[in-house]
Amino acid sequence: MAELPSALALGQSLRNHTCSARELTESFLAEIDRREPELHAFLTVSREEALAAADDADRRLAAGEPLSPLDGVPFAVKDNLCTKNVRTTCASRALEHFVPPYDATAVSRLRAAGCVMLGKTNLDEFAMGCDTGSSAFGPTRHPLDPARVPGGSSGGSAAAVASWEAPLALGSDTGGSVRQPAALCGVVGLRPTYGRISRSGLTGFAPSFDQVGLLARTPADCAALLALTAGFDPLDATSARRPAESFADQLEAGVRGLRIALLQEGLDEAGPAVRRSTERAAACLESLGARVEPLSLPFLREMLPAYHILTAAEASSNLARFDGVRYGLRAPGAGWRESIRESRSAGFGMEVKRRILLGTFVLEKEQRDACFSRAQRLRRRTAADLREALGRFDLVLLPTAPETAWRWEEERDPLALYRSDLFTVPAAIAGLPAVSVPFGEENGLPIGVQFMGRAWEEALLLRAARTLLQEV
Amino acid sequence: MGENRNRPAASYETVIGLETHIALKTETKAFCSCAVTFGAEPNTHCCPVCLGMPGALPVLNEKAVEYAAKAGLLLHCRVSLVSHMDRKQYFYPDLPKGYQISQDDEPLCTDGWLEIPAAGGGKKRVRIERIHLEEDAGKLIHTAEGTLIDCNRCGVPLIEIVTKPDFRSAEEVVAYLQELREIIRFAGLSDCRMNEGSLRCDVNLSLRPRGSEELGERAELKNLNSFQFAAKAIAFEEERQAAVLASGGTLFPETRGFCEETGETYAMRRKESQDDYRFLPEPDLPPVVLTQDQIDRWRSELPEPPAERRARYESEYGLSHETAALLTVSRAAADRFEEAAARTPWARQLANLLAADPERLEAGIPVAAQSLAELAALLGEGSVGAAAARRILDEMWAHGGDPREIAARLGLLKLSDRASLLPFAEQAVAANGRAAADFRAGKTAALQALLGDVMRRSHGRADPAAARALLLELLGG
Repeated sequence: MAELPSALALGQSLRNHTCSARELTESFLAEIDRREPELHAFLTVSREEALAAADDADRRLAAGEPLSPLDGVPFAVKDNLCTKNVRTTCASRALEHFVPPYDATAVSRLRAAGCVMLGKTNLDEFAMGCDTGSSAFGPTRHPLDPARVPGGSSGGSAAAVASWEAPLALGSDTGGSVRQPAALCGVVGLRPTYGRISRSGLTGFAPSFDQVGLLARTPADCAALLALTAGFDPLDATSARRPAESFADQLEAGVRGLRIALLQEGLDEAGPAVRRSTERAAACLESLGARVEPLSLPFLREMLPAYHILTAAEASSNLARFDGVRYGLRAPGAGWRESIRESRSAGFGMEVKRRILLGTFVLEKEQRDACFSRAQRLRRRTAADLREALGRFDLVLLPTAPETAWRWEEERDPLALYRSDLFTVPAAIAGLPAVSVPFGEENGLPIGVQFMGRAWEEALLLRAARTLLQEV
Repeated sequence: MGENRNRPAASYETVIGLETHIALKTETKAFCSCAVTFGAEPNTHCCPVCLGMPGALPVLNEKAVEYAAKAGLLLHCRVSLVSHMDRKQYFYPDLPKGYQISQDDEPLCTDGWLEIPAAGGGKKRVRIERIHLEEDAGKLIHTAEGTLIDCNRCGVPLIEIVTKPDFRSAEEVVAYLQELREIIRFAGLSDCRMNEGSLRCDVNLSLRPRGSEELGERAELKNLNSFQFAAKAIAFEEERQAAVLASGGTLFPETRGFCEETGETYAMRRKESQDDYRFLPEPDLPPVVLTQDQIDRWRSELPEPPAERRARYESEYGLSHETAALLTVSRAAADRFEEAAARTPWARQLANLLAADPERLEAGIPVAAQSLAELAALLGEGSVGAAAARRILDEMWAHGGDPREIAARLGLLKLSDRASLLPFAEQAVAANGRAAADFRAGKTAALQALLGDVMRRSHGRADPAAARALLLELLGG
């Protein structure tokens, strides 16, 4: 991997006219053609649109007027982010033929920066899952071993970046959907602070948790991608009014003097290889001048059920719009009630139905206090605890996923799958930023470690990630 | 609705609470920038947000919050500094997102009241439990080929005003609705047109034995498209429930529709123990946070209520109650009238002139206050007659302009100088020899006929006093 150029380096060679954006785009499209039959990272490849965008970039580059450091550089988009005139399915039968008339804000900002969209990547249906296995259009395979899972739900985006089908990708992270596949595939995955990147055009699953996430090969690429996508958007009332930042100024500043917490529960709950990598990362940071101290957050385990109750509740509401009345799959029925029922029965897969049923249940009057309201209180309390801990530390170090990519043949029940979110849910519960960075491996499979930080401190996260990656 | 105490209903007391929906007259919808319209071509004012497209997010229209809060202030409510939006969830083809953005446990306004005339004279205070902000749904259009959906109304901001069960009769309900409509309309917050659906009211009605404090099982009456129909539905429902109770039957909570043709209510659906809308705090919208300064400013922008204005017009300008009522049909009309009245000693004349054509007043008066004042002076000083003044007003209403110039151009100014009047007077005397002779013979009443002829010949422009003086001179010799 180390020999592969970064997206920023590609941008530089375009500005140096070492190659053209068309050539670059064609080479990625060729790689997609070569790898896709096995990988299935993409649901839609927008070849013609990509080449047209590349030609536009070449005209700007020839005139010496690039729009950004990534002008002409290709990227891939998770298929739950709307793309104007390009099919957006959310990996669901319900939206199999849905073509949005608008771009998600994150997508339109990258287009405005001259980036070239290659196509739409696979995911768990409506981003509900952690192995990309619940896609209605078939799973994505791990780039290093097709018998294994790539993680999820942004498994297509992670696999595309890991296999160099695309140098950059957009994903979405509700409870770890960017960081966990990044860890399993061996790329950098950033979940920014809630409100940092507009959610407009992201087909939400749990809006109070959803955040557009970024996948790249290097922290510097992540910083560049974040600088282009972040910022207030009048179309999203939860996007934050924060001034523009570079995120890259401090990347090389190292970790000397930083107070880093090593999460005890992170070590306890991880598999042996993941535990060893995390401890090695801690030692490495300490040797570079960081003050690493153990931290215990006993409430960590309580977050998981709270997370699943709250996200299911929001999902049951957010997915109510897919009734087949105005767009999407419509099944016939005698009368509207039956048509809506049949459309939803035919449109949604098992995992989606499971969460809708769970979410519907926990919001009903009889259970509401015991389930939903209690989970809300738990969220508020644990988020406050986490923020309190981050008052004493600059960063928290913990594994990203308890284990490396598992085999498809290992049948897993939903509860076992939910458990793989254990380390990624805390940042999501509290709306805090977190980054997964490849560090170590087990039998050739990548391991990711994770930094969790204070709100709006993505620059610090990327700086720690950059420092650690240099030591690999 | 007669007060016949022999009906079964006479042994029961009627208890009514109202839920009134009012569409706010903001320029744009509650959560997107689509225009709020009525009667437009179907589905021409909708966007990804109000159509519930994937990934489209609501952004709260601050004007809608302002209007809802102002309605609360008019109804003496407490306006919350912090409230939040919730999703009320149910499936229906006219509800694009599968939920309505509304407010559940923390509404914008609470604990208000509105006074209505009491049955035995005096005032009765109806308590307002809450006012919350929400969005409207679309409209279903049933045709022979199938049902069509018009989404123009999706996302139009509504307030729902919920009263305590304080009404005891249809008359009180109608009085409340009239009062409510007037003050909301007067403040420019809504058109409150029942026939266009910008004011809709659901009646919750139950009966209880007279003297009882407990509430009976209630029926919710829907589809009441005018005040008259609301009154009829209440009258019918009182009798229906009383008949059930009197015959030993039991009532159960239900939703009932109203048939305008028969004047009867009919069962629509039985309410399950309580409908469960699985409310969810709206995660796409941050809480609605107001400052006390904001609320104070909105309070200061509220118009003086129309009832108080009417009383003031009667005492200050000597207007009749009817004329005062016509001028307070809308804030725009009343404000313009007051502006003009402040510039002329002839305010009463101006009021009567404006009130002569009351239909057009509601939308406001498109004539500058100064021009109105000058017109009032022309009329008051006798330079033009009442009919001429109305023509001048019509002209200014349609095309603007200076009243004196219009009067001159249209030849409406009165003729009072001897040179202009003399030909008319001479012709009148010559043509009415009999009347002239009668007058000279001492029948003073005969002068009236001659004067009338002068007015006819001058097309009404002759100043009567000057013409009279001239006739006397001609006849007296």
